[in-house]
Amino acid sequence: MSAQPSAPEGAEPTHFEFDQDSERQIAAVLAKYPPERKASGVLPLLYVVQKQMGRQTGSAWIPRVAMDVVAERLEMAPIRVYEVATFYLMFNTKPIGRYHLQVCTTTSCWLRGSDDVTAACKAATGIKAFGETSADGLFTLTEVECLGACANAPILQVDDDYYEDLDGPRTEELIAALKRGERPTPGPTIDRLNSAPAGGRKVLVGDMAQKPQGQE
Amino acid sequence: MVKVTVDGIPVEVAAGSSALQACEAAGKEIPRFCYHERLSVAGNCRMCLVEVSGGRKPVASCGFPIGEGMQIFTDTEVVRRARRAVMEFLLINHPLDCPICDQGGECDLQDQAFGYGADHSRYRENKRAVTDKYLGPLVKTVMTRCIQCTRCIRFSTEVAGVPELGGVSRGENLEITNYVEKALTSELSGNLIDICPVGALTSQPYAFSARPWELKRTDSIDVCDAVGTNIVMQARGASVLRIVPRINDEVNEEWLADKGRFVVDGFRRRRLDRPWIRVDGKLQPAGWQDAFATIATRLKGMPGERIGAIAGDMCDAESMMALKDLMTALGSPNIDCRQDGAQYDLSRRDFYTFNTGITGIEEADALLIVGSIPRQEAPVLNARIRKRFVDAGRGGFPIAMIGAPNADPTYAAEVLGEGPDVLARLAAGALPFAEVLKNAKKPMVMVGHGALTRPDGQAIAHACWELAVQVGAIGTDWHGFNVLHTAASRVAGLDLGLVPGPKGRDVAGMLAGGVDVLWLLGADEFPIGRIGPETFVIYQGHHGDAGAARADVILPGTLYAEKPGTYTNTEGRVQQAFRAVMPPGDAREDWRILRAFSEVVDHKLPYDTIDALRARMVRANPVFGQAQWARSGTSDTTGPQAGNTPVAADAFRPVIADYYLTHAVCRASPTMETCSGIYVHPANQAAE
Repeated sequence: MSAQPSAPEGAEPTHFEFDQDSERQIAAVLAKYPPERKASGVLPLLYVVQKQMGRQTGSAWIPRVAMDVVAERLEMAPIRVYEVATFYLMFNTKPIGRYHLQVCTTTSCWLRGSDDVTAACKAATGIKAFGETSADGLFTLTEVECLGACANAPILQVDDDYYEDLDGPRTEELIAALKRGERPTPGPTIDRLNSAPAGGRKVLVGDMAQKPQGQE
Repeated sequence: MVKVTVDGIPVEVAAGSSALQACEAAGKEIPRFCYHERLSVAGNCRMCLVEVSGGRKPVASCGFPIGEGMQIFTDTEVVRRARRAVMEFLLINHPLDCPICDQGGECDLQDQAFGYGADHSRYRENKRAVTDKYLGPLVKTVMTRCIQCTRCIRFSTEVAGVPELGGVSRGENLEITNYVEKALTSELSGNLIDICPVGALTSQPYAFSARPWELKRTDSIDVCDAVGTNIVMQARGASVLRIVPRINDEVNEEWLADKGRFVVDGFRRRRLDRPWIRVDGKLQPAGWQDAFATIATRLKGMPGERIGAIAGDMCDAESMMALKDLMTALGSPNIDCRQDGAQYDLSRRDFYTFNTGITGIEEADALLIVGSIPRQEAPVLNARIRKRFVDAGRGGFPIAMIGAPNADPTYAAEVLGEGPDVLARLAAGALPFAEVLKNAKKPMVMVGHGALTRPDGQAIAHACWELAVQVGAIGTDWHGFNVLHTAASRVAGLDLGLVPGPKGRDVAGMLAGGVDVLWLLGADEFPIGRIGPETFVIYQGHHGDAGAARADVILPGTLYAEKPGTYTNTEGRVQQAFRAVMPPGDAREDWRILRAFSEVVDHKLPYDTIDALRARMVRANPVFGQAQWARSGTSDTTGPQAGNTPVAADAFRPVIADYYLTHAVCRASPTMETCSGIYVHPANQAAE
């Protein structure tokens, strides 16, 4: 039952330093807060760390040394950073695969077939259960709560991108594309624009000049 | 003041009080876990639910502000049911391991489950289990028992000032941890054990030693530092098994430093439990009469000025009085209680005491620390400084230190420099902090023994006094000149005049052949190797440490737990300790040894009971007769003598090299040895 919030032995790097990209982002973040309240920047900075780790190592996670660096930068106690980083599930405190597959299994998605999406993810990557990373190190499968895209259920979030209106085969296709190193365009995987009706408009169609029905 | 009614009882409480405080004022007991008087309000255990007039549901009284005319009900059916339900939730994940839990018998959860809980559990699912955490050698963790009240997090962050504990993960998975599996770096970590309402944090050295109902409790005073922390010795049979703090808001609130708490396992180790006499270079066990006779033979015909005595840092005032009287009777002016060679001007008591008082710190609005690291020298007093620092808010209590550039004092302190030359620059107004002190209404200057033990100690004390006068710190209603002592016996020793008389020798003078007979009363903390090889050394004390190793005759004395004693803390507050256990073997109370010996050399001391001896102390210095300590100002701003050595520029050096090994008792304690290895010499540990 007990969660193991810290990284397994050996995964923890010995050193972390912000690169130039990150420094630019940090400067933009810290500009938003008064200097004595810069601890408020802990969430955005943790994201910066996670992104940089993704860029540098292919695994977007936050090692403890990096949390210490954040603590030092924001002049707060390291434990306060650990508390924040472990509280939010969007921060990975353990190494993950190159692609983070986050399946929504909350009611709307589940009713619309998230079980199929999950099964497809497992079949395509060889992962047995949520929380695991595939043997090739490419994928980590996570179960997440509602992603707020119920109109496009079921949904699979890959890193920051939403792939919507999935079913089993299209999920496997998506994963196959990711394996080839491609990034299919995010959004609905069926014939629809954003949350618009599938197959085009269902209302306000035809000759707009025609009189509305019942008013002859 | 606000008028409220609690269960029909009208009470008046200060505006801004919580409903819980109002209930307590009305004499109602409110069960609680997360609420603690000396910590911030968390309001997360929900045990303190009460009903409030006009409210639709029960409220957590600890965080509920009262209003005029409010009616509070603490014992309605709704409240009873709500508490029972909260209790049921708390017990869902709490293991039923009370029989093997050290908290058993003094557990808030146990008591309150009994008082407010249901008689059975409806929970059939699996309980959660949490891995235990490593918090160092003093605090043992059984984290499955944790009810997440967060008192430990708040204590370490707010009081101890080492924000190392936190709650990681969330919900069902929330765990209290430091995340890094490192020992807590606080000298106050033992208080986590007291503050934990369940058995999650218990004492590692005391683990599985005794049940609370087996222990005999005796009020005592901690002598590991000069704060005079009020403690309770808890003993079973002949051994003190643990020491816990006693509440005294004027001294230690309810905290106790780790050394004072965990030194207890040194009480029965390396003890001197019978007299020894050195025969042909080897110590041989002996009887009291033989030991006395040996000393008497050596003293026969000895002129008084060739006899000397040094009193140690843990002595009670009674034994020091007897020692002083014995030396006077023998015609010796050579007596000293200042093993560390500190210098004071003894002409006035406020030249060598902590005049602001420990509670006075809470009124101060600026503090200058000179040659002291209070975190190590007096952790509990340091917690008071931190309390003031936190309460005053950002910039409300500016603190500056001279010396100790790398010490983390647990509060923000500006380091003005490393040597006493900074004082002159402050006095000249060359530093911005001079302005801060000047603008403060109640500034404090605190001089430590890093300053007073230097050759120029008196000159530094003089400069500090002058600075205090200059910034208006000394007046009839506020006395901001403070000496922070490190030795528990020091102020009493100075009060009783345990300093060299006219033409007498001090500690340094008695060494290197300055005297022929040297009587050490529990004195181990001076350069023993420099005692002249021909000097006949009598060691009267409780532990076989440096002094006993050099001794020609050893007289087994008693530890502070084994005798009634009077101790004067750094404020000059006179406090009494009682006997918790009997001394081992042939060891005797120290004043009785001196009294008995005085008869052998025909200088019978004029007291046969401790009461007569205490009456003698009051005659020697009336402060020992004062029942209460009270802060006092002074209108006389003449400072202490500046001495003959002018202020030198070299940097202050810390007085304490190893917090965990400062005296003979802690050097005999395995726990303190372990702590020293982990905290003070981590490099050696890693190498092993």
